[in-house]
Amino acid sequence: MDTRSSAASPRSGHVLHRFANPGQFLRLSGRVLPWLYWPGILLTAGALIWGVFFAPSDWQQGDTVRIMYVHVPFAWLASAGYFSLAVCSFISLVWRHPLADLAAVELGPVGAAFTAVCLATGSLWGKPTWGAWWVWDARLTSVFVLLLLYLGHIALVRAFDDPTRGYRAGAILALVGVINLPIIKFSVDWWNTLHQPASIGLTGAPTIAPSMLWPLLFSAIGFTLLFAAIVVTRTRAAVMERRIRGLLMAKASSASEQEALS
Amino acid sequence: MTHLPFIVAAYVIALGTPIILATDAVFRARRAQRRLDAIDPRRNRGEA
Repeated sequence: MDTRSSAASPRSGHVLHRFANPGQFLRLSGRVLPWLYWPGILLTAGALIWGVFFAPSDWQQGDTVRIMYVHVPFAWLASAGYFSLAVCSFISLVWRHPLADLAAVELGPVGAAFTAVCLATGSLWGKPTWGAWWVWDARLTSVFVLLLLYLGHIALVRAFDDPTRGYRAGAILALVGVINLPIIKFSVDWWNTLHQPASIGLTGAPTIAPSMLWPLLFSAIGFTLLFAAIVVTRTRAAVMERRIRGLLMAKASSASEQEALS
Repeated sequence: MTHLPFIVAAYVIALGTPIILATDAVFRARRAQRRLDAIDPRRNRGEA
């Protein structure tokens, strides 16, 4: 269907095309989706019931700490979603892979929605805890910039008559925007922010009580599975819609050829 | 439970958004599948 040639090494391009061609993707994703949706729903439901009804309240924050069980997974997924968008954009620019273009287009709105939820739930936590819905704190501002990057990507990929030009422009924006991810991560260390530093890191032990940590981790895994399920479902729909457009165009051109002959 | 309206609002937003996104995605994929089944000659011959 797509005749664009591979721009990077032929071997890596061949492997990528073999495992991610649209037909293969439709077959594979159809099998994977139930394993994303059902565990995602069950884990999220279980973790949130645990977090709301069984986890202890915080000595300082009281019950508002329960907002953490939804706010933190959405914050992680806002950044992880953008990183995935950048990976798709890199594959699109280097190997010119059509599936990477479609996945990037479908990732944008989901990532933007998750970032907006992160900001909204953070605001709902900030009002009773800080006394303000919003402060121009380095962490909050850098996440707001992330939302603008997502919205810019959504607008840019749809701004051209030729979709390929839109995909290229969106991919460049996504790759430039990656610089914002370490800024989000380290903003609480580099600047004196109102937002608290990370309680969970890859190098040190978590500074959060285990009775709060476990529901948070299960909630994060559950929401991650749901995020992946939504993106895969949207990408499946986009692949099929693309095939429908191709078939309709082929039918229209063969009809006009027959008309010209007769 | 302290600050209940804030907690309820946060959970409604956090659960409502993925539910809306997932429902929309599933219906969009089903619509596309039905249209493709109707017009794709390979699928009509049972090849896909």
